[in-house]
Amino acid sequence: MSDTTSKSGGSRLDSKVPSGPMAERWTRHKFDLKLINPANRRKFHLIVVGTGLAGSSAAASLAEMGYRVTVLCIQDSPRRAHSIAAQGGINAAKNYPNDGDSVHRLFYDTVKGGDFRARESNVHRLAEVSTRIIDQCVAQGVPFAREYGGLLANRSFGGAQVSRTFYARGQTGQQLLLGAYSALERQVGAGRVKLLARREMLDLVLVDGIARGIVARNLVTGEYERHAGDAVLMCTGGYGNVFYLSTNAKACNVTATWRAHKRGAFFANPCFTQIHPTCIPVSGDHQSKLTLMSESLRNDGRVWVPERSGDKRAPNEIPENERDYYLERLYPSFGNLVPRDVASRSAKEQCDLKKGVGESGMAVYLDFRDAIARDSEDAIRARYGNLFQMYERITGEDPYRVPMRIYPAVHYTMGGLWVDYNLESTLPGLFVLGEANFSDHGANRLGASALMQGLADGYFVIPATIASHLAGRKLAPVTTDHAAFAEAESSARERIARILSVQGKRSADSIHRELGLTMWNQCGMARDKAGLGQALEKIRALREEFWENVRVPGDSKNFNQTLEHAGRVADFLEFAELLALDAREREESCGGHFRTEHQTPDGEARRDDEHFSHASAWEFKGVGEAPALHKEPLNFEIVHPSTRSYK
Amino acid sequence: MSAPTHAKGLRITLRVWRQSGPSASGAFETHALESVSPDMSFLEMLDVLNESLVGTGKSPISFDHDCREGICGACSLVIDGHAHGPDAETTTCQLHMRHYRDGATITVEPFRANAFPVVRDLVVDRSAFDRIIAAGGFISVNTGSAPEANSLPVGKPLADEAMDNAACIGCGACVAACPNASAMLFVAAKISHLKLLPQGAPERESRALAMVEAMDKEGFGNCTNHYECGAACPKGIPVSSIARMNREFLRASLKSSPPRGAAPEGA
Ligand SMILES: Cc1cc2nc3c(=O)[nH]c(=O)nc-3n(C[C@H](O)[C@H](O)[C@H](O)COP(=O)(O)OP(=O)(O)OC[C@H]3O[C@@H](n4cnc5c(N)ncnc54)[C@H](O)[C@@H]3O)c2cc1C
Ligand code: FES
Repeated sequence: MSDTTSKSGGSRLDSKVPSGPMAERWTRHKFDLKLINPANRRKFHLIVVGTGLAGSSAAASLAEMGYRVTVLCIQDSPRRAHSIAAQGGINAAKNYPNDGDSVHRLFYDTVKGGDFRARESNVHRLAEVSTRIIDQCVAQGVPFAREYGGLLANRSFGGAQVSRTFYARGQTGQQLLLGAYSALERQVGAGRVKLLARREMLDLVLVDGIARGIVARNLVTGEYERHAGDAVLMCTGGYGNVFYLSTNAKACNVTATWRAHKRGAFFANPCFTQIHPTCIPVSGDHQSKLTLMSESLRNDGRVWVPERSGDKRAPNEIPENERDYYLERLYPSFGNLVPRDVASRSAKEQCDLKKGVGESGMAVYLDFRDAIARDSEDAIRARYGNLFQMYERITGEDPYRVPMRIYPAVHYTMGGLWVDYNLESTLPGLFVLGEANFSDHGANRLGASALMQGLADGYFVIPATIASHLAGRKLAPVTTDHAAFAEAESSARERIARILSVQGKRSADSIHRELGLTMWNQCGMARDKAGLGQALEKIRALREEFWENVRVPGDSKNFNQTLEHAGRVADFLEFAELLALDAREREESCGGHFRTEHQTPDGEARRDDEHFSHASAWEFKGVGEAPALHKEPLNFEIVHPSTRSYK
Repeated sequence: MSAPTHAKGLRITLRVWRQSGPSASGAFETHALESVSPDMSFLEMLDVLNESLVGTGKSPISFDHDCREGICGACSLVIDGHAHGPDAETTTCQLHMRHYRDGATITVEPFRANAFPVVRDLVVDRSAFDRIIAAGGFISVNTGSAPEANSLPVGKPLADEAMDNAACIGCGACVAACPNASAMLFVAAKISHLKLLPQGAPERESRALAMVEAMDKEGFGNCTNHYECGAACPKGIPVSSIARMNREFLRASLKSSPPRGAAPEGA
């Protein structure tokens, strides 16, 4: 790939944002959309890829409406999608605590929290439907936390000034997903949804330029399957595992979105990745993933490092006046509750100053000593008992006695396939929901907003907007005998055969680790032009290494987890290049994207609204070819761009 | 259970069940591991072993896993006779090697049950659980039709007890631990979760009948009160839920409402 990117002047991006007053747009848009009469819905077959919050809620809701649905997932059960792991909570503008929240405030906070790189109309819709998500989940039996009077409890999360987060102990994602999964299984039982677990989508099939199906592989038997339909909904989650170590589950991947990208769907803002400040640090080369410690811990824990570089004393031996509570010092008004990007970057800065703690020096303390003295150990146990237990299991240390060691880790990806207001990608008939799309969080996602977005997309947005495609376009009947299916299947087969034929010396896992290290060091919390250039070279070299030297035992005709993983690594190796390229192209700092060249004298991010107030949507031109950049300008009609300040 | 650690790490002998497919006959295979870091998780130890198997062109050991933090329910394994290993309320992915002594021999098998056929090595097919949920493990509420969330107060103790049961991760350890391979704890957890909440009341009887019927159809055994399930459950689902489920089933059978089939047309 050449280092220069071709830029297309004429934008092919039509966001289809409705006009009129912001607060009326969604209602008006729903009215303007065509309807499909209930008797006709069963004539349409929809293919849903993924069963996380986005996929399960979409598949269930569409089947309830009468559409025929086929749903696929990688895991052995839809209930195991990565959404299950979300801990902290889900936002909604219910204003139950009477503390001044409203749809407008949630909208405002999300646009600002995203550092003015999200599409306002989408965010407003998200805030609007948030309240109905809670209604829906409660009706399904999601056991949210409650007050003694029997009404729903809320907490403040991730530094929000109002308490708008609903939660189910430390297992909110699990409970929301089980709610959506139960709705999905009800439709499976009713015969309206065909569920195919242990399947991996390997290609998207376009007929006359419209997404009409997919090619998948049965991961148990190795067989290739063709699925034809009237629309494809990709709900395949985020690409955080391009960094190898992340808080994502091991199966999280970019394969589905990347293959769709190679078929023509634009990929937007791949460099917007979120690094979560409170994770358990890496303990050795064997580390397979990182574990998040809920950020609610920052409500009571105080973050510190030794004042002196290289101080290797045990934490309890370091006297109070030799500790630097750097977040409280640098950000007196937000203190330990600064947003994720700020907290993460500050931890890195302290470690770069050789003040990091623990054996590796790549950690800072999160200390509960003062909270325990203030509120008692029992009170802290009641609040965080399960998290403390989790920490102790992993590290073998007791956080009631010794401060926790934490370090930032990759957690969430704001970038994804570009979608318009209808959640339709640049390929007609291909809709993208949940973390897999790009639209609502801009350059930084606020805590407890991903669950909200996944369910908003699946329960409330897609059931309305899918009609724009189904009723708006003439869809000729298509079967899997169509030549486009044969072509897609043989390309999927050929790629797998090629991986197996290399028979080199290195495992895919070791190449993935090396890629992850490059991405983390040069494309992680702080990025600069030179480093990104090196990363691009390294990624290309690793990709070559993969295709010359990877070794995957076994064959493709049965259950072969090493082969599955190798296929995903091959896609990460192509995608990583786009991520680094996008990071280099975006000559500003915003949200999770921090370019060291673009900072204020006191080290804060410097956004460049004059040149970068746009979403970057990339068009694939071939592996090793420069992709074309299309810009969707972002207009802020309501929330005027300002500098985020947490001082 | 913490043990002194070996300077260079632990020497561990693994006896692992290998089985190339559902109908193949399986056998144990022995691997000697030198210098296992005590900070590794059990699954990371298997990763390291698999890396070396790949390096020598041998077939790596298949095992299910995903979140690696005890919530998705994908990991399984019977370790030295215990589903999810020796630690209470701990999934295999959360088990760490610092709990083992230098020189230990560890036997690793799949979750065994007729209703969980082996897919390969340590991977089994637990889709029977999904089919039980599809039969009735839900509250029938279509998207969009829900009333305002706070219109139905639920006492905190009740909500907490529902949550205790809803915490099930569907891993199947209860089945693997039970001498009869019974799925009662799994089914009881879901019946309890939904029964305890007022939202679940309208379908109370049909749910109990349909889920129990589906459970029997899948070929799970009966409960004869060993309560191994409760001991093995990584989420501490209370075994008292089984008694509740039996009461619910009896009550529903007496009222003998017809078992629920598919959700009504247009639902
Ligand atoms: C540890 C952790 C804690 C979190 N806590 C919170 C929180 O407290 N609040 C919050 O709002 N957000 C939280 N998040 C973020 C949030 O959980 C995710 O963004 C969200 O759940 C993603 O949902 P999804 O439906 O888009 O995708 P996922 O849940 O990732 O589901 C993806 C689905 O796609 C399937 N799939 C993927 N690729 C393929 C393929 N090629 N073929 C077939 N199927 C495929 C998978 O099998 C799966 O079913 C957390 C994230 C992590 C990692
Ligand atoms: S891997 Fe998810 S529970 Fe163990």
